[in-house]
Amino acid sequence: MDRQQLLEELERIVGHDGIRHRPVDLLVYEYDGSVDGAVDTAAPTAVVLPRSTDQVSAIVKLAKRADLPVVARGAGTGLSGGAVAQRGGIIVSLTRMDRVLDVNLLDRTALVEPGVINLELSDGVRDQGLFFAPDPSSQKACTIGGNVAENSGGPHCLKYGVTTNHILGLEIVLPNGEVIWTRTAQDGYGGLDLTAAVVGSEGMFGIVTKALVKLTPIPAATTVMLAAFGSLDDASRAVTSIIAAGNLPASLEMMDNLTIQAVEPAYHAGYPMDAAAVLLIESDGHPVEVAESVEEIEALCREAGATSLRSADTAAERDLLWKGRKMALAAMGRLAPNYYLHDTVVPRSRLPETLETVEAIARHHKLQIANVFHAGDGNLHPLMLFDRRKPGDVERILEASHDLIHECVRVGGMLSGEHGIGTEKRGYMTLVFSESDLRAMAGLKEAFDPDQRFNPEKVIPTGYMCGEVKQLHLQAMQQQHGIVPV
Amino acid sequence: MAVSLVDLVKHGYSGDDVPDDDLLRACVHCGMCLPTCPTYRLTGQEASSPRGRLWLMKSVADGRLDLLDPEFDEQMYQCLNCRACEAVCPSGVHYGPLVEAARSQLEQHRPRPLWQRVRRRAGLNFPFSRVSRMRAMVNGLRLYQRVGLSAALRKTGVLRLVRLETLEAMLPPIQEAPLVSGKESWNPPLVEDRIDLFNGCVMSTVFSNVNRATGRVLAHNNVATAVPATQQCCGALHVHSGMMDEARKLARINIDAFAGDGVSPIIVTAAGCGAALKEYGFLLKDDPNYADRAARFSGRVQDVTEYLAARDLVPPTHDVRATVTYQEPCHLAHAQRIIAQPRKLLAQVPGLEITEMKESSLCCGSAGIYNIIRKRMADDLGDRKAENVVATRADCVVTANPGCHMQLRTSLKRNGSEMPVRHIVEILDEAYGGPVVGSKATNA
Repeated sequence: MDRQQLLEELERIVGHDGIRHRPVDLLVYEYDGSVDGAVDTAAPTAVVLPRSTDQVSAIVKLAKRADLPVVARGAGTGLSGGAVAQRGGIIVSLTRMDRVLDVNLLDRTALVEPGVINLELSDGVRDQGLFFAPDPSSQKACTIGGNVAENSGGPHCLKYGVTTNHILGLEIVLPNGEVIWTRTAQDGYGGLDLTAAVVGSEGMFGIVTKALVKLTPIPAATTVMLAAFGSLDDASRAVTSIIAAGNLPASLEMMDNLTIQAVEPAYHAGYPMDAAAVLLIESDGHPVEVAESVEEIEALCREAGATSLRSADTAAERDLLWKGRKMALAAMGRLAPNYYLHDTVVPRSRLPETLETVEAIARHHKLQIANVFHAGDGNLHPLMLFDRRKPGDVERILEASHDLIHECVRVGGMLSGEHGIGTEKRGYMTLVFSESDLRAMAGLKEAFDPDQRFNPEKVIPTGYMCGEVKQLHLQAMQQQHGIVPV
Repeated sequence: MAVSLVDLVKHGYSGDDVPDDDLLRACVHCGMCLPTCPTYRLTGQEASSPRGRLWLMKSVADGRLDLLDPEFDEQMYQCLNCRACEAVCPSGVHYGPLVEAARSQLEQHRPRPLWQRVRRRAGLNFPFSRVSRMRAMVNGLRLYQRVGLSAALRKTGVLRLVRLETLEAMLPPIQEAPLVSGKESWNPPLVEDRIDLFNGCVMSTVFSNVNRATGRVLAHNNVATAVPATQQCCGALHVHSGMMDEARKLARINIDAFAGDGVSPIIVTAAGCGAALKEYGFLLKDDPNYADRAARFSGRVQDVTEYLAARDLVPPTHDVRATVTYQEPCHLAHAQRIIAQPRKLLAQVPGLEITEMKESSLCCGSAGIYNIIRKRMADDLGDRKAENVVATRADCVVTANPGCHMQLRTSLKRNGSEMPVRHIVEILDEAYGGPVVGSKATNA
């Protein structure tokens, strides 16, 4: 199939308005939210913007006939290169499938299309006393489809769980164009749980075209505590003891002094400027239960050496305390023009030594690293500050990343808590997974997508798929379709 | 791997107003701006988003895209320049100045067909470069509305023939004679502060009643108002259209006109003008004679709501029994980040109920002259806005910018609503017992 024929057939499916194919149109689909240097940009062969499951299915069948890769894309806010068409092919942009199809207040579920924006789903059901619990930092912009692909988390996933805990069923267009619903396993009818397999599969198993999601009741009472500490070590010990004592805060976040220096002058959230670290701890639930847990958590913080403690019960006070945390990444602009962050996860008990290691890595590479992270589940977010205009800065950042990941893995950590592997961390997969582990993953991938058509070159490193000879073939196809590597 | 356009790229940035490279590269393409962008919300396509447009601007700078590629022109001008993206950008990208510079590049380098040049001169540069011309036009229009010619002409279809029906339908009933700069002032018995009113071209003519209401409201608050005589149009529409030299000319005239004591606050009743005046410092940064003066001028500029909310309002004396909803002008909420002040003022009006609409900070589609040159996109946004306004069941929608005012009025009408539109100052004026204007009967 030549390029002209491909475009004509795509147009027949999605209409003239639903396809982008000129070089200038493709330029803006070269990137996602990933950091330059950590993820290479790449242009697709064409971009389509379908409006229905049927259109998605027809596109996928056509891609199979044309033997082209398929990459699904939501808002393109991902941080690991998941929405970049590394091997060219067709980007299926789901931004026009953005309807909330049904809200069932009795069952507390919503049936949504993949392009619905995370926060707007919550906003739409707030008056009914409900919300969609996964709350990644990008929740104002990112879509449910993207959340499913990356199994996104957020500050509140400590108590409420990550995306997979909030998905009841998915409508998926499989790589052969067939449409299936994965609902049955969740309904308790038995069978294999395909929902669990698809959530977090980073677009490698198919394209989600509808999601049945769980809505969570807004808790009756919420208290946010701010505890300041004289050392990172004290703060880390407080984290460990809070969880070890059997508490389950809605969220448990840590910010170090460098972060406080960036945030407090900008937002006046009331964080003590001289604290080595602050913990932001949110407790929610029944008012009596919350009061009890606040008391216990405060006692544990004091025991760990907290230098000051504050708590906020009203929405306005809580919002102010949270604002500093939520705007922390934005405020980094006050310290440096760019940052690169990883989201490795370490066991909570290893937090103190890991934070020391991070400091050592910063010193070694002469970098500033700010720590602002989901301490409750050991999910680090070391923000490496740099200025990409300075020669050598990007390289130093990548070297420091390398050290950081190795150190986290050494203490029993994992590569990513919520940002996904994509192409960004694909090269590190062999650090944490054995050959057999990776072959098992590759086997699952091949069961869904024997042609290796969906989001090629993501997650599973080279050498584990039996279809890898095909990649050369795909490359040849791209050239045939008029995309010339620079 | 990247799309190779290099062979085709013949034109890059050159000359004046090249988009600042450091500003451009501040964008790390995180995508947080996407949901705030009206054109992205309507199209769902990346090129119509702030991030996409910045990437295109970068691509031109990198020699990967031709400045004169028609799609580049299309995207730079499809943008409403509402700057909602700027207000949410974690990296603090100054999007407004960048898109304006890109437009200036297009105007300098892109040969435009004769009819487009004529239309720009006639439609933009002619009326908006001299307030006297605007005044003459509006006086004519006022007469035209008064003698009932409007209804008569509409019936004949002549307007459609000369393609002026959009413009004609937007025009609200002009209530008062133009306010001529230098001819009127307000001097309360007790004077705590003195301000210079920026009169504006549309505000001093079509909405002269609002500027007069401003004088009265300020007088009730013991503030004396002067209207410096030689001031002209602010030049915002020129900046938005890439006509930087014309804009700079107007800026210099205004800086001279407001030289006065050099410290009095310059009070503005149009959000669009205010945003432009606050950026004179940037506009004239390379002019050795005016750079410093421009920066000082910009430092004096305040929106009328910003100024009043910062003072302790003298308690209004009259109840205004109505429920209003507030539409945030983009150039107030996003470009000037004035969000709380208008609401604070409305909350001080006795008897007034405020109800918030959905998406109050999403552009209504006015965007200067956008609703005239890109009617379809503007109408889609206007319809969306009208739906959100009507859903509040308010008696009246309040705003603070003439473009939004006219667009709201037209959009509501098109969607079958007779809800009146008023400037926030009109509500305050009524609360101080000023002339009661804009009741449903006279302003619908």
